[in-house]
Amino acid sequence: MDPSRKRAIRLTVALTAALLLASALIYTSFTAGRDELTAGQLLRLARPGRSYLLAGTVLNGSIRRQGDVTWFRVRDPKLSVSVPVRYTGIVPDPFAAGRGVVVAVQERAPGSPTFVGEQNSLTTKCPSKYQAASGAAS
Amino acid sequence: MAPAGRTLLIVALFICGYGIFASLYGARTGRWEWADSGRRAVYALALVTTIAWVILEAAFLRSDFSFNVVAAHSSTTTPTFYKLAAPWSSQEGSLLLWVWLMSLWSSLILFLTRARVREIAPYATAVLLGFAAFFTSLATFFANPFATSATAPAEGAGLDPLLLHPSMMIHPPMLYSGYTLMTIPFAFAIGALITGRLGSEWISVTRRFALAGWLFLGIGIVLGARWSYTELGWGGYWAWDPVENAALMPWLCITAFIHSIMIQEKRGMLKVWNASLVLATGILAILGTFLVRSGILDSIHAFGASTLGGPFLALIALMVAGSVGLVVSRRADLRSEHHLDSLLSREAVFLLQNLVLVALAFAVFWGTFFPLISEAVTGTKHSLGPPWYDRYTVPLALIVVLLSGVGPLIAWRRATPANLRRAFAAPLAVAAATAVVLLVATDAARRPLALTLFALAAFVLACVAQELWRGARARGAIAGEALPVALVALVRRNRRRYGGYLVHAGIAVLFVGVAASSSFQHVNQTSLRPGQTARVGSYTFRFDRPTVAVQAQKISLGAVMSVFEHGRRVQTLRTAREFYPDTTLGPFQAPISRFFTGEPETQVGLNAGLTRDMWAAVDVPLTPLQSALDFRDRQFQMALRELTTKRRLAAYIQARDVVVDSLAQRWAQHPWAADFRLIVSPLVTWIWIGGIIAAAGGLIALWPAPVAARRRATAAYRSRLGRELAESGA
Repeated sequence: MDPSRKRAIRLTVALTAALLLASALIYTSFTAGRDELTAGQLLRLARPGRSYLLAGTVLNGSIRRQGDVTWFRVRDPKLSVSVPVRYTGIVPDPFAAGRGVVVAVQERAPGSPTFVGEQNSLTTKCPSKYQAASGAAS
Repeated sequence: MAPAGRTLLIVALFICGYGIFASLYGARTGRWEWADSGRRAVYALALVTTIAWVILEAAFLRSDFSFNVVAAHSSTTTPTFYKLAAPWSSQEGSLLLWVWLMSLWSSLILFLTRARVREIAPYATAVLLGFAAFFTSLATFFANPFATSATAPAEGAGLDPLLLHPSMMIHPPMLYSGYTLMTIPFAFAIGALITGRLGSEWISVTRRFALAGWLFLGIGIVLGARWSYTELGWGGYWAWDPVENAALMPWLCITAFIHSIMIQEKRGMLKVWNASLVLATGILAILGTFLVRSGILDSIHAFGASTLGGPFLALIALMVAGSVGLVVSRRADLRSEHHLDSLLSREAVFLLQNLVLVALAFAVFWGTFFPLISEAVTGTKHSLGPPWYDRYTVPLALIVVLLSGVGPLIAWRRATPANLRRAFAAPLAVAAATAVVLLVATDAARRPLALTLFALAAFVLACVAQELWRGARARGAIAGEALPVALVALVRRNRRRYGGYLVHAGIAVLFVGVAASSSFQHVNQTSLRPGQTARVGSYTFRFDRPTVAVQAQKISLGAVMSVFEHGRRVQTLRTAREFYPDTTLGPFQAPISRFFTGEPETQVGLNAGLTRDMWAAVDVPLTPLQSALDFRDRQFQMALRELTTKRRLAAYIQARDVVVDSLAQRWAQHPWAADFRLIVSPLVTWIWIGGIIAAAGGLIALWPAPVAARRRATAAYRSRLGRELAESGA
């Protein structure tokens, strides 16, 4: 076969493979990804039985332990609202008031103000990293 | 000393400005004395930032709380060892560390190349000084490590307890060394593209620095994983956290680059690819710093809350636009000298391995930034968890492991069936035998991907062993040396090649540890009282007795556990939950309970072995103490208000310490149920061993060759350079 034709075929195959991989990546990320909501969005959008990822900062003075249950409130970084969470499972060491967290939650019962955290779903953002500017709302 | 530090930062900025001007002026006019002066500016920058760094370290060692950064990140009770490491736990200190390390590495490369790459070096100097100017500006105007307060607090907030771990002493400097080293090939690539000197010259002078960047970043990543495993109390070592991903992306790209430059050096191919890879690596290194410093991953809008987001974004945009523009404008000069002869050749395998590594980096990039992308597209953030990452990274990692065995053995240009048989018959037999033994003797069949990886790792190890054996045997026969002597001499004389083989072996071993520990791990999350037991795989963990230790800095409530296998005690584990005082409270707030409500930390009980790790972490809930804590808080709040003399204060502190101690001792005297996370993981130790083997291989490959070998290499380089010059008509 003509070498230039051979190269063209190889390039086409490689580009097609890359395109397929990229398409799969994009498709699965949209279908496998879970909604990550702030406290304000969760209060507006939460539907009973559906699971959401709640992201925000732990409200100062809101952490309470009772046996293996941890109660805390997650604050919306932009709005002055927070939602209470009842959580069981691993509490990572960096978990503390004022720290960024992500936790998978469901509404406890229709209309209930408390959200139930899925077991072992609590993750905490690394404490040594981002620092907001002083006075910034975070 | 703080004013001296601030002055040094300003001086550093002026040095950067002068150096950039001198380098560019020298390069544009051909007045090399100006270019030399620009190079010396880098040495001056290294000196100035070294003094600034020493001032900052001295402030931490002296506990000089007039420095804001010292007051926020250290205390008089912080051990000296950690005071030295405390500067990089802060944003301000991290930025200064960046500039300092970068100035040192830049000085080293510019000193080593002072008589080479005459045309490229001034532009590289300007780029390096541009980076230094950027980070010095951030440290000067946005996050100044030498900022002070008019009234210094009597005591500092202390270092985050989570960072009180030996690997934190090494992990950040390793990562930052890796990031800063990766800007060096980037800078020289920019220089090569501007000057149009796109042969192997710039690769030859920066290859060792690319390898050093790979090594340092790799060590940093493994140390971070180790810290996570032993310190964070969840028992894992990798969570696809954006901070981890930030280091992994440039590491994957530089790994691809280290391999693909061999093709350019040998065959003059992949010039566009190599230039693009090294530019992408440099951009990803800056992006990594941006990710962890800007807060952008909190939200697409959050970087506005950080003072650093905007400047970083501008720098990255400039780097991307400049890199793309330069590569596109030089595409004619970057044309390959040869084409791929066969898909069954080392070039093809290296190219495929490069594509897979870049695909891996892209998948990680996409997953990391997907929350922002989805927020921008749909208005709602979507998060991708470990299962999504595993879906892509596991198959790609399997291909990388396979190719790391094939690549070093397959022939250049075109492999013949005889060559393939000779190279791969034995390793394939070893891989097949491994798979059969594992299928028959273990339950590996229930995890086909893990089984495949074990077989592929055996294949890689067999490939490496075969190469070492054949090389040592041949050398032994020629030189009349004993096999061990011949092996050492073989590695000594061709460090790049055999160091690389060792890296491949190390990575294969590391992946065996990852596959085994993630596929065959047993976990039990349970609540136990003393005397109660929990089953974890084939082991039984028993909570024997509680332990208490009250120190000035922390209160430790722990547990001693016995581990039994088939009724026989095989191990004793000690784990504890350490409570640090809450330093954010005012003097009258919670005078007693503050000692229990600060940052907690888990001391993991770990018994690491070659076949399995036993891991235990306890979390002692404080609920049973709550009413006593509240009562004592009220009591001591009243006592605090009545303090009028120093004598009374001393008596108060004594009484407070007695009460805190007695409250803590309740855990030992009347223990209640505590939460335990118990894990038995096979072969975790091999992750660290694999990391050490890979690092040793990297170090061997990095180490300068003996004089004779270097002379041969230089001769080959000269001949290639002559050929390139002749071809370009220069």
